[in-house]
Amino acid sequence: MNFKHKYIFLFPGLFVLIGILIFPIIFVVRLSLSGWNSYNGLNFIGLENYIRLFTDDPRFWESFFRLSFLSVTTVVLQYVIGFALAHMVWKEIKFQRFFRVLFLIPMMTTPVIMTVIWRTFFHESLGPVNDILGNFGFSPKWLTDPTLAKFTVIIVEVWQWTPFMFLLLLAGLLSLPKEPFLAAAIDGASPVRKFIYVTFPLMAPISIGAIIIRLIEASKIMDTVYVLTSGGPGTSTETSSFYIFIKGLREFQMGYAASMSFTYLIIMIISLTVIAKVLTKLLLKD
Amino acid sequence: MGKLYTFLKYFFITIWTVFVVAPFLWALTTSFKDFNSVNGGVTYIPWVDFEPNLEGWRVLIKSPAEGGVDIVEPYFNSLFVTCTASLISIILGTLSAYALSRYTFKAGPIKNNDITFFFISQRIMPPIVLSIPFFLFLGAVNLLDSLIGLIVVYIVLLMPIAVWIMVDFFNKVPREIDETALIDGCNPYQAFFKVVLPNSIPGLIVAGMFCIIFGWIDFFFAFILTFTEVQLLPVKIVALNSSITPWWSLSASALVSVAPLIVVAFIVERYLSKGNLSGAIK
Repeated sequence: MNFKHKYIFLFPGLFVLIGILIFPIIFVVRLSLSGWNSYNGLNFIGLENYIRLFTDDPRFWESFFRLSFLSVTTVVLQYVIGFALAHMVWKEIKFQRFFRVLFLIPMMTTPVIMTVIWRTFFHESLGPVNDILGNFGFSPKWLTDPTLAKFTVIIVEVWQWTPFMFLLLLAGLLSLPKEPFLAAAIDGASPVRKFIYVTFPLMAPISIGAIIIRLIEASKIMDTVYVLTSGGPGTSTETSSFYIFIKGLREFQMGYAASMSFTYLIIMIISLTVIAKVLTKLLLKD
Repeated sequence: MGKLYTFLKYFFITIWTVFVVAPFLWALTTSFKDFNSVNGGVTYIPWVDFEPNLEGWRVLIKSPAEGGVDIVEPYFNSLFVTCTASLISIILGTLSAYALSRYTFKAGPIKNNDITFFFISQRIMPPIVLSIPFFLFLGAVNLLDSLIGLIVVYIVLLMPIAVWIMVDFFNKVPREIDETALIDGCNPYQAFFKVVLPNSIPGLIVAGMFCIIFGWIDFFFAFILTFTEVQLLPVKIVALNSSITPWWSLSASALVSVAPLIVVAFIVERYLSKGNLSGAIK
């Protein structure tokens, strides 16, 4: 095909994206090497911000481990539940389309707006959850107990994003070839064996893709936390993004926040690559 | 075995259905309550537990001076920003995706896959990383607190999704279609617009739906980059939440705000059943 047309197709999108992103990214790096105040703008201070981050800021690393815990837990739960749901509505079932649509709906709703509702739902004295549990003598502090607050964030995240996992996995299941299942049926394989030896291995590449996509999105958890608990009680639900947000756009330590966000980005890229490699090794044995 | 599986299946589906529906039902009943039925102990069933009234829904159409919640303008702002940014992302993303699917690019070590990955990898970028420079840059060009500023930012969020879905879609559209068109005397642009594009409508719809979802549900950038002039819906609702807005009007506004995208669930399901989504995920 003709040679130069290809650039006319590619470049508008590519250059718009690069054009919007290039200066912000360079600027984050430059800013991370600077102190910042409103009198004389950027003053170059070398690696001072990074030294502070790596030697003198346990709160950042705590928030990072909390984020890892929250995102891994939610994604694992979403994967297990999403796979189960997708598998259940994959084959003939009564009201199949109704359930498929219903299971998709939470991901169409705006997370922060639903979180506003969840806050009333988990309200300690006026919410329905504690009203029902109250009959059995429990009244858990869903939003103000440090351990339980994490659990509440997980519940809300699972509600919100399991549908996305469900969607990806159901689309995968629907695209599987028919022959292996026929062969398994001829061999008289039981449903459990069929799942372990046929469905699951065939779904492995799609599973890896779906898990990685969800991990990427989950690693950004921030809106839900902001509305649900504001990182609290104390810092018990504070994630990296939220901590950087507080430092940068609440306390206006922009230089320091930039160094944190750059470090955070690098860690994210490295750990996602490692996770992708490990999952590929584990699930795709051939 | 079969019976046990069927039982477990319906049991699990029932539990999940209850879980999915619960917050919506709660919000719906709350929106019809008044002060006593919210604060005097938890109530569930209208007419039995409490006397429903329409106060929560009335505030939606009242002006702020009369105690209304004033979500009409944020509603249209959100619609406008989401649709414009999605449209631009789809147009640019589709063109790029077509180029990446049909032509070979090579610049040193950079090949097609690397360019595709560059587009998609923008999703990895945590919003917080970009928020500080965007905040300062939009401030510098006077686009802070404006619809145009938000649209520019949303293009970064949405174009990767469009490219991701469309590259896979074009890969499934047979090349013979373009080649036949070219032999018939079309130039490459005519071949694309008159022949390939009409054959790609399912892909375009799916990509469009995803752009609209991820544009509409974004809170973070709208929260950081706008203040008073322009307000998007999620930011407005969260602001209501932190003010003294009573639960009934809060619930009504929240329900109205999440309602439009539920239509999208039906559209996505339809294209899912037809098998148009599967390629994009692998």
